[in-house]
This record gives sequence, C-alpha cells and structure tokens, in this order.
Amino acid sequence: MEKIGLFLCTGCEIGAAIKTDGLESLAKKGGAKSVVMHPFLCSEEGVAAIRKAVDDGSVDSVLIAACSPRAKTAEFRFDPLKVSVERIGLREQVAWSHPHGEEDTQMLAEDLLRMGLVRIKKNILPKPLAETIEKTVLVVGGGVAGLSAAKAAAGMGHPVVLVESSARLGGSMAGVKDAAPEQPPYGELHKNTIGELISAVQGNASVRVLLQARTVHIAGQPGQFTVDVESPSGKETFLAGAIVQATGASPYDATKLGDLGYGLTPDVVTSVDLDRMIAKGEIRRPSDGKPPRRILFVQCAGSRDPAHLPYCSSECCVTTLRQVAAVHRDLPGMECAVVYRDMRTPGQMEHFYQAVQEQPGSMFTRGEVAKVEKGPEGNLVVRLKDSLLGPDAALQADLVVLAVGMIPNSADSEAIRALRDARVGAEKGDSDVQRAHAAKVAEELAFHEGTEILNLEYRQGPDLPVLRYKFSDSHYICFPYETRRTGIYAAGTVRAPMDAAQAAEDGWGAGLKTVQCISAATRGEAVHPRAGDISVADFSLQRCTQCKRCTEECPFGAINEDVKYTPQYNPMRCRRCGICMGCCPERIINFPEYSVDAVGSMVKAIEVPDELDEKPRVVAFLCENDALPALDEAAARRLSWNPWVRVIPVRCLGAVNVIWIADAMARGIDGVLLIGCRKGDDYQCHYMTGSELANKRMENIQETLTRLKLDSTRVRILEIGRNEFDRIPQIFAEFEKVIEETGPNPMKGF
Amino acid sequence: MNVSSPQPLLVVGAGIAGITAALEAAEAGKEAVLVEREQAVGGRVLRSHQYFPKLCPPSCGMEINVRRLEKNPRIRVLTGAQVAKADRSANGWSVAIAVSPRFVNERCTVCGDCSKVCPAKVPDPFNLGMNEVPAIRLPHPDAWPRRFVLDRSACPSGCKACVDACTYDAIDLNAAGREETIEASAVVLATGWSPYPIEKLPELGGGRFQDVVANVNFERLASPSGPTGGKILRPSDGTPPKKIAFVQCAGSRDVNHLPYCSAVCCLASLKQATYVKEQIPDAEVTMYYIDRRAPGRNEDVLTKVAATEGVKLVKGKVGKIEECAGGLKLRLEDVEAGRILDAFADLVVLATGMVSSLKGEKPPFGVGMDDDGFGLDNPGASLFIAGVARRPEDVAASVRDATGAAAKALVAARRSA
Repeated sequence: MEKIGLFLCTGCEIGAAIKTDGLESLAKKGGAKSVVMHPFLCSEEGVAAIRKAVDDGSVDSVLIAACSPRAKTAEFRFDPLKVSVERIGLREQVAWSHPHGEEDTQMLAEDLLRMGLVRIKKNILPKPLAETIEKTVLVVGGGVAGLSAAKAAAGMGHPVVLVESSARLGGSMAGVKDAAPEQPPYGELHKNTIGELISAVQGNASVRVLLQARTVHIAGQPGQFTVDVESPSGKETFLAGAIVQATGASPYDATKLGDLGYGLTPDVVTSVDLDRMIAKGEIRRPSDGKPPRRILFVQCAGSRDPAHLPYCSSECCVTTLRQVAAVHRDLPGMECAVVYRDMRTPGQMEHFYQAVQEQPGSMFTRGEVAKVEKGPEGNLVVRLKDSLLGPDAALQADLVVLAVGMIPNSADSEAIRALRDARVGAEKGDSDVQRAHAAKVAEELAFHEGTEILNLEYRQGPDLPVLRYKFSDSHYICFPYETRRTGIYAAGTVRAPMDAAQAAEDGWGAGLKTVQCISAATRGEAVHPRAGDISVADFSLQRCTQCKRCTEECPFGAINEDVKYTPQYNPMRCRRCGICMGCCPERIINFPEYSVDAVGSMVKAIEVPDELDEKPRVVAFLCENDALPALDEAAARRLSWNPWVRVIPVRCLGAVNVIWIADAMARGIDGVLLIGCRKGDDYQCHYMTGSELANKRMENIQETLTRLKLDSTRVRILEIGRNEFDRIPQIFAEFEKVIEETGPNPMKGF
Repeated sequence: MNVSSPQPLLVVGAGIAGITAALEAAEAGKEAVLVEREQAVGGRVLRSHQYFPKLCPPSCGMEINVRRLEKNPRIRVLTGAQVAKADRSANGWSVAIAVSPRFVNERCTVCGDCSKVCPAKVPDPFNLGMNEVPAIRLPHPDAWPRRFVLDRSACPSGCKACVDACTYDAIDLNAAGREETIEASAVVLATGWSPYPIEKLPELGGGRFQDVVANVNFERLASPSGPTGGKILRPSDGTPPKKIAFVQCAGSRDVNHLPYCSAVCCLASLKQATYVKEQIPDAEVTMYYIDRRAPGRNEDVLTKVAATEGVKLVKGKVGKIEECAGGLKLRLEDVEAGRILDAFADLVVLATGMVSSLKGEKPPFGVGMDDDGFGLDNPGASLFIAGVARRPEDVAASVRDATGAAAKALVAARRSA
C-alpha cells in the first residue's frame, strides 16, 4: 500500500505509557503518509476521522495503533476491497503489561509501530474470486444420514444426486421393524419411519437417486466438483458444488467373536440377525426352527474391548432394549436376559430402559461373558465373570444374541495414498534399495487396495482423512462437520458411533453445511474457520522448485500436483491458514495481506540494540486463535512480562516460515518463540495439523541454526491453552533465562 | 440458498446450541437474529473449565465462534433481551423482544476504571455466586459483546462513582429498556438448562454441608478464572482435599427427582477426576456410579481415568451423606448385591443433572414439551428446539443438533415464504 494513515489511540493508558512526541516523525520515516493521534479512537468521532481519510482518498491503508486486533472489531471494520487495515495492540502489549514511562516500554512501542508500518506497506488489496458455482449437492450413501442430508439440501432449494452402492435405500435401518422411542411416549416401541423418509426422498423432484452406483472419480473443488458415477445404467458425469459422505458403518465381524460363542452353534446370532427375524415375524432358533424359550443378549460384543473395538458403539444398548421389547410383544412370556457391563441409555432412553426392565420376563444383570458352552439339551450355557450373581454364575439360553458394535465404512485416505506412492516407488525408485523398500511398503499396505469410496482426485489421497478408530477426522466437539476436505462433510456413523435418530440429525446438519459451502463459494468467501475471508493465495510458480512440500502439508488437500510436481492450487478448497506459505522454501506462496515478505519485514524492522546494552531481543510468533487471546487476557489482568519480547500474531503456527527465524537470527535477535495450540490425537489446532507440522519443521530450524553456527536453544516451540493466560509471563521469563545462559546472539551488529 | 424468505431466522438463547444454529444459518446466507437473556453470549459452556473428551478449554472454540459472529453481516445479536410475546404471523412469527436497559454502552473500552471505584459488591453470577465482584464489571473474561455490565439494583442510592470515573462517557445510569418486534420466518429455541439444585438433595448433604458441592461449582474451582484462581480447595477451610468422592446420578435416574439420565454427568466426573489428579497427585478419588456412561469415543476417557492410580470406580448408589469427624461419611447401597457400605471423603462432588429451561415455565411460542419439560419440534409452526432444551446431551451433540435444527428451520422458512 502506498498511502498509509497511522491512527494512534492515546486512550486506555496508552498515552500515559509512552511518549507520543517523536512518534509522528518515526511513523513518517517508516512510510506513513499521515499520522492522527486520538484520545478515544474507537469512539464515533475517532472512527469518523478514519472514515473521512478513507473516503476522501487521502489514505489507502489504515494502521490502527490502539487495542488488540481482537477488540473493537465492529468499530474498526472497513470495506476490505477498498482499504487495507492492520492493527497494533499497543494497549495489551504495551500499556497494560509494562511499566509506564520506562525506556524499555518506549522501545517496545516504537518497535511495534515500525513493524506495523512495514507490514501494511507490503499489503495488497484482495481480488475476490468470481467463479461459476454449481448448486447440486452430491450425497454418497442412502441410509438414514444420507437420506436426511438429501432431504435437507433439496428442501433448501438445491438439486441433489444421491448415490447408493446397494440396490435399495434405507441403509442399516431398512430391514428393521421398530424404532426406539425418540419422542414421547418413551416407554414403548415406535414404528420405524425409514419407509416414509425413503418415499419423501424418492418423491422429491429435486433428488435423483442412483442405486447400485459408486463414485468412481471426483475432481475439482467446492462449487466445481466433477463427479463420475458408475451404475447399472452406465457411467455418467455431472457437476456438484458440495458433498456429503454418509456411508455408514458395518456391524463388527462376528466371526472374530469366537470367545463369545459365535460359530459354536447356529443358535449364537448377532443383533443384526435377530432384527431380520423380528422383521419377518419369525423369531426362531436357527438350529431347529423352533421358537426359543429364553434369549440371552450379550452387550459390548466387540465394543469396549482393546482386542476388537476400543470404543463404545453407542447404539447397541438401545438396540437390545428395542429387541427385548419386540420379543415380548411378539412372543409373550419369553424370557430375555441381558448381560451388560454398563447399560448406556442416556437422556430420555432411560425411560425406555425402565419400561423394558419392568416387563415380565426381562432380566438385566451386570457381568461379562467368560465362556459360552453347548448345554445338555441342545441349548447354550453362558458362563459369566465379574458377575454379581456369584463367581461361577451361569445362565442357560436357547438363543444367544451378540449385540455387535459398528465399524465406520470409511477409507484410510492417507494409507491408500502411501500405497499408491509405494507402488510408483517400487517401479521407478532411484536405486535397488529404494525400490525394494517401496515394494515392501506396498505389500504391507496392499489390503487398502480397492477400499476407495469417494475416489477424489486429490494429491493427498482419494478419501476423507480419518482419525483414531477410522472415523473421519474433524473437530468433533466444537465443529463436528469440519473435515479436512473443504466442501465434503461426513455425516452419520462414518463420523462417529451413533444411533439412527442421531444419524438423521447429523444428516440434516451436513445438508446445511453443503448449502453453506456453496453459498460461501458463490460469494467468493472462505468457509470455516476464516468464514468470510475473500483473499486467496498467490503462487509465483516460475520460481517453484517442485519440492512438493505444499502439496503434502496442506491440511485440507487444497493443492494438487501436475506430472512435473508443480503445485495446482484450488482456491475454493483453501481455508487461508497459510500453512503452505509456512512450508515453502522458495517463499513463492503468499496472501495479499499476509505474506512471507510482510512478516519477514516485521522481523527485520525490530531495532536490535548491540550487545553492550544488555537488552536482548526475542521474537514470539503467537497463534492468533489461542495464544494471542491468552496474551490479551494476561494484559487485561495487568500481568506484566519481559519487555524485550516482540509479539507477531500468525494465523497458525504452521504458517511460520523458517526464513523468518533465519531473518531474526541474522538480525541479531537473541531468541525466537513459537507459541501455538495443542497437537496430537486431541489436537486443538483449528487447521488440524498446523501445530503438528510446526513441530516437525523444528528439525529443519535446528539445521538452519547449526548452519549459522548458533545454539539450538535460541528457538523454542510451545503449546498453550486459550485459557492459560497465567502462563504467558512465565513462558517469557523462562525463555529469557535460557537466552541469558546462551549469551547474546553473535550475529549482532553484523 | 437461492430462494429464501426475506424474514430472518430467530434464535432464542446464545449458548453453544443457539450460537451454532444462528451462525450456521447466517453463513449459509440466511439473515439471523440471535437473542440472549444475559448480557454476554456463551451460556453454560464458558463456565466449564474443560470439555471432554479432549480436555480442552471451551473458550478456544468460542474464540472462533465470536470471530464468526463479529464478521458475519447477516447476523444480529441482541443481549440482555427476552421474548416478551410471540404470535403466529402469515409467514412465521411476530415476536416482541424486550431489551433490558444497558447501563454501559458501546463506548466502553473495558479499561476497568469503573470497577475500581465501585463500592457495591454482588455475588458473581458467572462463578455461581462463589465469590463477590463489583456491581459494575466485565461479566467474565471471555464476555462478548466485550463491554462492562452494571447490576443496577446493587447501586447505593445516589452513587455515581462509576460515571465519574469513566473517561469515555460509557455509563448511563438512567438508560431505559426498549422493545422491538421481529418478524421471523422460523424460530429455533435454544434456551438451555439449569443444574438440578443440590438443595433438593438434603439426604446427600446438598445445601447442608459446605464440602458437598455440585459438579458445576467444582468446574469453577478448577478454572483459572474461577473463585480460587483454579485451585481445587475445600470450601469449608480452603485446604486442598485428599479424599474426593464423586456421587453419580445425584438426582438423575431417580423418579423422586429427575427420572431421565442427564447424559453428561459420568463424563463430567471422569473429566473432573483428571483435574484433581493433575493438581493433587496423591489425592484419592472414588466415583460411585450406577452405570458408567461414556458412549462412543468418550470410552477413551473412561479407560484412561479408570487406569489412573488413586482413582477408583465403584458401582453403588449413594443414599445418604452425613458429616463425621474430619469429613463426610457416605452410606451407599450396592444395588445389585444388596449390601450397605460406608465410605469417607473430605470433599464430595454431587454429579447433578440438567433441568430443561422450559420446565415449569409458561413456555414461549406455545412449544410442546414432554413430561420432563424437554421441548418438541413443531415443524408446522416453523418452530424447532436445539440443545439441552430438547434433550439432555453433551456439547458435541448440541452442536450437531443445533446445526440440524437450523437446517430444518431454513427448510420450513423457505416453505412458508
């Protein structure tokens, strides 16, 4: 930007903390065209002064030196297409956290101003995308979740194509007679309404259903997916704007449950088998076709067991209650015993549990199955352990039902991609050793062959990345629908274990997310978490070395590769986290208002006193979602910290480019801190892998330091929680100690 | 959306469910009005120290949600506002909203000068009354809209110390309330829940013994922004407890109190056990339960906590709690074995359940309820319920259901337009 207006607020103690005379010349020297100081900049009058300068064209960019960029956002918002805005948090980072009137406080404020000025100078106004956006929603999977998603999207005015791999709709609920009571009365069975849902979708003119069909190829990006589907009527290609994956779950393979008696006699069946019998109206022992007199249900068959499924499958307790109630209805007088570890009937399902428990013939007992044996009269004897019925408790039954858990019908995208890479490596590797290694990897991963579901043409693999236990990856507490593939939303049991009612709800939600994604694409805006951001990355490909880092590290798979490994950026897949910018060694990836050069220039704008002054300097890159708010909170509580630290907020730690650290070191800055969100299985990083990647890159950074003949202790990466404001001063103090022990950066003054 | 009713979606209640419903609709292109009774959004979730199963701070996700609220031009948030009257209209609902007087206006910079001079102290509602705060204050660290609030009823007669202290002319002690009418195309009710009062559980010491606390209060004890700055201390003497008992189903699954299961208390206690072990590693923690309900991936929390040294999970229903020398005596009934046992603790946490906000009130919008006061969707009236006003559930489920409720409301709005 050329015409920078600096607007400096002297309210909220800023005017008392620093000497403002002299700042005008500092700002002019730093490139500001005009400087306005105001005692109350966020007031109507203060904002009017800014607006006037913008409207009369005297400035094209506004640098607001006042409170944190997180404060007074409504007041300081201007049309992003007309004016570039940057903010310096003088209040939190200077006035509220440092002694007023001291030299160090003044130097801190002046550095922050210099940094802000060089940053805004590098900004370019964004050019929003204006693409043709397809409104059709593709739903993959025609069970409860998929049908609900289709109904939702169609109800909001979008054409829908629903692709189902089997010959009928309804998924696992299709063959089931009853439903658990989701609505009052809670004490009794309800009718399974999957038939009505199927009819509603089939009867909806906006929905096209393709049965026995699969997606064989999906290319493109949100708003512009090209989908190839194969079905008995041939192959067809259509456009889709967004996708719901509702491919459901499969019952756990009972043949692995020999310990629970499966396979011992035909009279040990699964809950799926019993549902079929109930639906047919013929509850019979498979061995002799006679009605059983006593049924024993075994809960957690495969679930909550590290040898099988470590998680709880969530719906089996209620499924068993539903089946016990159906058995009592269809065969009055029948005895039903249920062996459980914990009955899990949350919420209003408790009423159903109580009601079924009270039915004559019901018996619920806590315990685990030790062994299932053939009984003397062709029946079965189930021996229990951990039972309150006694150490050698055994129950007889002539039909045993295993309440089997569920496994998500997902594909391990990353593993499939690794398999494909290994196959290529086995053929085209540079050496025999490499080829042999790749061949071995390919063999180990071969079982993933043919497991693809969506068949996405994404560099990072053909499907949604999965989390622990193969459920699709998402921020599953706060933002459950946000997968790592923009515009593709998982719903139902492929996302998490849940029952049919929850899957329906999930389908509705995912349906809205597809509509939302298409709506955002139409406006040229990013989706979550930077919803509304209109800037996109710029790739200066003439300088690209085809190193593949960006294509591999983007958490959202936004970047494909051509045959020469040149990145192909898909802006509508992009979430604007800047992780590609952070990883690019050639620094060719930049955003209009967030670039390697801009942040690097901020680092270089810090004045570094020479070592005789004994004023070390530390640059701290803070994630703007968690670390920066924690710092703001520390300031609001008037906690104080080391005045030698210069804070630079970043979108994500993954967006920190190593060159910034090298720049800092070359400039004589004594240490660099990177403070971000928790990584690992329970990650909090809102870009999923940003924190993880930043940590991995530390190795790279250590190399850089060694090359510069610098101590590796000068750079440290740390995690902080959004609520851990009290750790901020502590972190800076501890790091200061490390820097003191290491001594001044020998590059000072060079 | 290509065709949508020009009238906004009205979302009542700005806890996690309401915020989600309003945001998801607004980001899909729909105008939305979000109405909240308190002066700041966030509801009950911000009073939690951490969420299960990730054990992460709720303010982390709320940070994103607040950015989304600030940035979205299609969303309007009214705080300190309640539904005064709601009538069916041709295209949806005509809703009168009463906005209470806001004595601190948008000129407030949260500088804090007013709090320093305020002579009146009130029990801190954010910390469930466990400490006192000035009558004028930021309601809590993550408050949004980011403005101070004044509990005007606590002002000493004639006092205007805060007005004099405010440099920014942000306080108007004579501010008046107002009413506005919103013509809404559809309504999502997300009015949340309240904790079952422990005073109703005198047999468990609720309201009788200082060291018998509710799980929601325990959550505040562990939070850095809580009354003890995040230190877990016994209310009676301010010392760290050594033997802590969590009593599950305190009121829930009990026909004399709440007949349903409150769905979150098992995981809340397991989570709170981790707070204890982190702060007081040698503390003994015992959790008395009927069933350990940790569905889905939450099982991992159960597995981890159950394997922690010094944590015991005992199947048994606690029937009575009495004071004894040095602490509290729990009489528990092993339901299945039919035995009576005694146990001791120096701090007892009652895992109390959730009561629907709709229960016992004259329900707004004439919403239908089940016998326990949980709301029932009424698609014909374009009225949908989200979050715990609909059923007892955790945050993840509330977010899911709120997104679903927003979807249903948008479909209904489009149909009636």
